[in-house]
Amino acid sequence: MKEDAAMSKFKMITDGLVKNNPTFVLLLGMCPTLATTTSAINGLSMGLATLFVLVLSNMAISAIAPVVPDKVHIPVYIVVIATFVTLLQLLMQAYTPAMYETLGLFIPLIVVNCIVLGRAEAFANKHGVIESACDGLGVGLGFTCSLTVLGLVREILGSGSVFGYNFIGGHDGMLAFVMAPGAFLCLGYLMVLFNKYLKKN
Amino acid sequence: MAAKSNLTNMVLVLGLTCLLCSAVLGGAYVLTKEPIDKAAAEKTNQAISQVLPHFTAVEYNEDGHYYKATDGDKLVGYAIESTVVGFGGPLSLIVGVTPDGVVYNTSVLSHSETPGLGAKCTTDAKFMDQWKGFDPSIKKLSVKKDGGDVDAITASTITSRAYTLAVENALTVFNEIHSAPAGPQDDNCHSERSEESNEGGCCHE
Amino acid sequence: MEYFLIIISAIFVNNIVLAQFLGICPFLGVSNKLSTATGMSMAVCFVITLATLVTFLINKYLLIPFNITFLQTIAFILVIAALVQMVEIVLKKVSPSLYQALGIFLPLITTNCTVLGVAINVVTKEFAFVPGGMLNLGQALVYAFATSLGYGLAMVIFAGIREHLSLNNVPKAFKGVPIAIISVGILALAFMGFSGMVK
Repeated sequence: MKEDAAMSKFKMITDGLVKNNPTFVLLLGMCPTLATTTSAINGLSMGLATLFVLVLSNMAISAIAPVVPDKVHIPVYIVVIATFVTLLQLLMQAYTPAMYETLGLFIPLIVVNCIVLGRAEAFANKHGVIESACDGLGVGLGFTCSLTVLGLVREILGSGSVFGYNFIGGHDGMLAFVMAPGAFLCLGYLMVLFNKYLKKN
Repeated sequence: MAAKSNLTNMVLVLGLTCLLCSAVLGGAYVLTKEPIDKAAAEKTNQAISQVLPHFTAVEYNEDGHYYKATDGDKLVGYAIESTVVGFGGPLSLIVGVTPDGVVYNTSVLSHSETPGLGAKCTTDAKFMDQWKGFDPSIKKLSVKKDGGDVDAITASTITSRAYTLAVENALTVFNEIHSAPAGPQDDNCHSERSEESNEGGCCHE
Repeated sequence: MEYFLIIISAIFVNNIVLAQFLGICPFLGVSNKLSTATGMSMAVCFVITLATLVTFLINKYLLIPFNITFLQTIAFILVIAALVQMVEIVLKKVSPSLYQALGIFLPLITTNCTVLGVAINVVTKEFAFVPGGMLNLGQALVYAFATSLGYGLAMVIFAGIREHLSLNNVPKAFKGVPIAIISVGILALAFMGFSGMVK
């Protein structure tokens, strides 16, 4: 019985990676996915930032959900999410100012990332604190993975480097992939690959 | 599941949530204020030490947007902030000028140039190194395409021109602050400047 | 002249969808048909302009004087959420026909990141072609309005493309969103031609 519970929690986390992958399956949170993945490290940081907000807001919302009146639940959730986002902003400004500047506008925009509010609505307000944390972790990790992969692909094609390590000897890559059109093209083709090889049925 | 809504509990819950959240954030703000200020100060300090020789104290001038760096009593130089329009948006530089009117070094504070093209103004060693010890009384401050002595970044002439203009604006500021008390020691700089650019204006409007 | 630059820059050069990646979710979500795309663009246009006006004033007269700009995100999103609700209620009472046209899109707009994105951009971003770098109220409104026009433009063009796409036979793995995103990529490539035209 206890093992079952542990198993289901583990499954919740892995589900977020493939079956419920927020980027490739649920198509949520597209804006940061496209905008911040100019390199693998930027994608990874954005993913982790979202993970942070997702886990904490999921936990807080699952804890307060029973006492929140139905009619005001959206504003209350938004305030809670915005609080964690602002907390993240302050922490990043203090300890990783360079990354804060790179990700720029997209850190405050985590508030309106549909993944966060979506998970609060679809999962956290019906489940316990621990389950919600696991769910947040799973979806957050799925998001982080997709962002890192997309960032990696764009970095390899666009600047010829991997995590900042240049392997084409200082030459330029195909710059279009670092710019806006490359973001859409890469994401489109990655989705095709994902549909073909990972999505069952 | 969610509780039933009535006016009292709606107002109560919404009010309490807001109160609690602002309290948490207020606390977090107080706690992180010091590290944030420190990080910002460290950043400017690092930028200044990149563009000027060793110094022990800096003093910021609000009106002119420049830092005066000193080592004990000796004036080391000025680190002048200069913002111009680049290819993709504002291009902000900090330009270190030693008291003899020579550029010691330059560094980009922020930019929104095209990655891989104009953005090379922060990585292209050949372009960046030419500013070290750039003496405006010997070399002409404009890109080679316009008949000057500045090597432009390949395929990014507009960014290079903007960069050059930023340095020029910084030197104008330097001349203003330096020549005002010290007398007409750098006449030639002034005359050279006035024919070249009037439209560019100065970084502090 | 500044206003003209702001408009060109916001619609074409820094198109909010194709260059700044804001509002992608509704962009993909409601661009199936030309008619819904126009409805959504009009609703966005209305809300962005109104929200920018309110948030700009809040920032200037509340947050900055009290030195609490760190509450910017939370204050802005609450104001936007409340505003959208209010617009919905007012529209329902005042103009039922307009409500019929825009009503179903309004709840979606709260989580449309264009609104918050533009509101934050207006008060934090430096614009090179504006003296002093920061926008004043009039410029901010023009910027917001032009940005939302750019959003509408991209949306309408894309809805047109998508109506054609749906008639074509594409490989199974490409069906639906992937081919749509790839087409947006090509559209973005076309818009890249505007870059550098205005800073």
